[in-house]
Amino acid sequence: MKTGILRFPGSCDEVDAQLAAQRVGETVLLWHGDRDLQDVDAVIVPGGFSYGDYLRAGAIARFSPVMESVIEFARDGGLVLGICNGFQVLCEAGLLPGALLPNANRRFTFRQVELAVVEGETKFTSACPTDELLSIPAKHGSGRFYADEATLDQLEADGQVVVRYRPEQNFNGSLRDIAGVRNAAGNVFGLMPHPEHAVDALTGSTDGLRIFESMRSAVEGAHV
Amino acid sequence: MSEQLPELKDAIALGLTEAEYELVCEKQGSPPNQVELAMYSLLWSEHCAYKHSKKLLVTLPTEGPAVVMGPGENAGAVDVGDGLICAFKVESHNHPSAVEPFQGAATGVGGILRDIFAIGARPIAVLDSLRFGDIEESERSRYLLEHAVAGIGHYGNSIGVPTVGGEVYFEGPYEQNCLVNAMALGLGPREQLMRSAAAGVGNVVLIYGASTGRDGIGGASVLASAELGEADDDKRPTVQVGDPFEEKKLMECSLELLELGLIVSLQDLGAAGLTSSACEMASKGEVGIDIDVRKVPLREADMEPFEIMVSESQERMLCVIEPKDVEAVRAICDKWEVSSAAIGEVTGTRLMRIYSDDELVGEMPVEALVDDCPIYDLAPQKPSEPLYPPPTARLDGSESVGDALLALIGSPNVASRRPLFEQYDPIVQSRTVRRPEQADAAVLALPNGSALAVSIDGNGRRVAADPYRGTLGVVLECASNLACVGAQPLGTTNNLNFGNPEKPHVAWQLTEAVRAIADACTALEAPIVGGNVSLYNEGASGPIYPTPVIGMVGLLPDATRAGRLGFVEEGEAIALVGPFQPSLAASELSKLRGEPLPDELPEVDIEAIRDAQAAVRGAVRDGLIDSAHDIAEGGIATAIAECALAGSIGASVEIEAGEDVWQACFGEAPGGFICCGHATAMAQLAERTKVTLIGKVGGDRLEITLGPEKIELGLDELRQRHRALESVFQ
Repeated sequence: MKTGILRFPGSCDEVDAQLAAQRVGETVLLWHGDRDLQDVDAVIVPGGFSYGDYLRAGAIARFSPVMESVIEFARDGGLVLGICNGFQVLCEAGLLPGALLPNANRRFTFRQVELAVVEGETKFTSACPTDELLSIPAKHGSGRFYADEATLDQLEADGQVVVRYRPEQNFNGSLRDIAGVRNAAGNVFGLMPHPEHAVDALTGSTDGLRIFESMRSAVEGAHV
Repeated sequence: MSEQLPELKDAIALGLTEAEYELVCEKQGSPPNQVELAMYSLLWSEHCAYKHSKKLLVTLPTEGPAVVMGPGENAGAVDVGDGLICAFKVESHNHPSAVEPFQGAATGVGGILRDIFAIGARPIAVLDSLRFGDIEESERSRYLLEHAVAGIGHYGNSIGVPTVGGEVYFEGPYEQNCLVNAMALGLGPREQLMRSAAAGVGNVVLIYGASTGRDGIGGASVLASAELGEADDDKRPTVQVGDPFEEKKLMECSLELLELGLIVSLQDLGAAGLTSSACEMASKGEVGIDIDVRKVPLREADMEPFEIMVSESQERMLCVIEPKDVEAVRAICDKWEVSSAAIGEVTGTRLMRIYSDDELVGEMPVEALVDDCPIYDLAPQKPSEPLYPPPTARLDGSESVGDALLALIGSPNVASRRPLFEQYDPIVQSRTVRRPEQADAAVLALPNGSALAVSIDGNGRRVAADPYRGTLGVVLECASNLACVGAQPLGTTNNLNFGNPEKPHVAWQLTEAVRAIADACTALEAPIVGGNVSLYNEGASGPIYPTPVIGMVGLLPDATRAGRLGFVEEGEAIALVGPFQPSLAASELSKLRGEPLPDELPEVDIEAIRDAQAAVRGAVRDGLIDSAHDIAEGGIATAIAECALAGSIGASVEIEAGEDVWQACFGEAPGGFICCGHATAMAQLAERTKVTLIGKVGGDRLEITLGPEKIELGLDELRQRHRALESVFQ
């Protein structure tokens, strides 16, 4: 599998995402000004503060040349993972439902959180052991997942809510404790916590690696 | 240009003395014009010329086997093996933060990060050291704390450099003059190490980064080199405004330029802006520089030449490059959407010549600007009267030892720092092996399996009580923190935060503190590789506590064996390790009791403590012990409580009460550790240093027996008190 990781001016976690994705395959950094996705099998839109997060988190990055190609790639069924700022970018681009509002506590907050995998049969979670919580760090200022009630009902009914915070750990005030959602087609997934920062026991947990392993299964299964 | 030359009164308004102004006239051969006077006043300010501290700083040890770059460059650097260097430095942004805490603290972080990448290293960590007034009494101090922390987080988080550690204390003498010190570490290939000396007559001087505006004019001379007054609101325009997005681009752009080998020399623009950067580069390279201010990209078109030369606009770098590389350099700048402009040339004249288009608007010998500022002798005098009023009493003496422990655990100086550090990203760059509250020092993995450890410390109250021994304690605590994770010191940085050095008692504090840093760093073989001096930290009610802040970087061979502070396993033995001689003098307990500062602290046996550190370090490296924690504020009882809270497991210990139960329980001194491990391991450790077995890990309660007294507290109750600072951030 070859994973492309986007790099915007202001991206911070792109190298971290690259190191994590290297554990399951090849990687390449994709510059924001280039439209060529270099034949990747999957795209990661990484964390950070793309374009300084001016105007609104992710609002400028969605208009970048590389995102035009990513939108097309996603429409053709390509795997796209958005982490933190990447989740915000994908929501702004209309590839994922909902929006990420400033945290309920009004502060940038770092915490190691535990995530319940609601949907274990997606292209991003198939390697996650069922009924086990994933211990993954979260760190953001605008991570409060918001959608209107009808959309929330529909997302839940259609299995698009993929991961939830344990209720007592929902520090950002996300509606229905939602930490990550997928699109209807199932090939685009965004979450606020950082699975790429949970791939090595030396620096924390290894639970996040399951997400990358699931993506490899989805891609390499498709190649067979 | 200006027909009317400035006069003596203008020089005095800019911070020069009459004698200094006369010396400027002599060096120039005539009275300086506006541009020249502006440049002299900045370069001859305390902030740039270190005119009251230079004679002391030369007494510090600066050489050692690991030192690659010592003081004098943008940052120091030590060798960490496999062709890599670690660059590090601490700097202060005290006065800007007292005037505007969010931007003051944010730009403090921005400035120290530029110092790191200016020498060719990628910034990999930030730590901060903060001091505010009594937050239980002062609304202003709570405001400063909240906004300074937000500013540090805003800048560090946005730029993708983890904030991995720090410290904060609250004491009355910082009420009017808070301290915001930021330390940064960088990592880079040794062969990419960059110096700031300009070289190559005919080479191009190029500025890149943000455009230059009117912000921060006079920051170094007006704000940083004078005492703060009551009505400092009018100084707010002298505080710069930071843009971490601009700095992120500037950093990536600089690192790419360095990697491509396109830069001859590099310098960030900090205090005193273009004036300081260009003159420092010319001075170190023993060359001259011509600058045309009309080529500098401006935010406001009508800026005067002197304004362009002294502006402290953030996120700018100055480099010297070969003429053939101009196009390549500008192409990299364009890629990162960073503006750039060739503004001048290196000359053989040893002159700084400032042009506005073709008109020469300033001409000064580089040597006069940089080297000829008068250096003053201090007149140290130990004060005969106490300098500081006693703190407000929080305990009336009727408490049990258990109540006192709860009060200490919940006091602002001891309570958990989580409400602060959880506003910072500690893990970006995937290197952080030990986060805040996991160990006494932060630990950062290196590519070859070893790891860096870093700690920052200060203790103004103890230094105020005894500048020499108090400062010894600060340096030793830093090294103890490193020992607790298994690291050996490689080098040290320091930030000397003191009051007005022209006052004899402040001069005495400064002299004694520097003597202690020299003695301790020599004994620990942890030389000073760089640092900063921040003087004139005083308001109407007097000077701050003398606050030398020490940052120390060390190395441990195996990142997987990095120590932890929390107790680990039920049934393990708990030991008091090291030559610990507790005393209540200047302790947290004495503060809570409202006692005045004592006149001195007990003697410190540096060698014995160094040997204990070596023993603990060895035991952590060998995997002999499972936790190690340095005994600091609040004494042994507080340290044991912290180990229990960090490990979420209780403990039962018995401490020899001696003559004074309170002293045994809450007395402080450098050189003591609380360690846990299996009994056989403790016996092995006892062959290396003094070890007293005091109890066992287990349960969900903390039980401490001291002769007739007994403390029994549930971990939940302790944890509740330990979270006291949360209320400030509600």
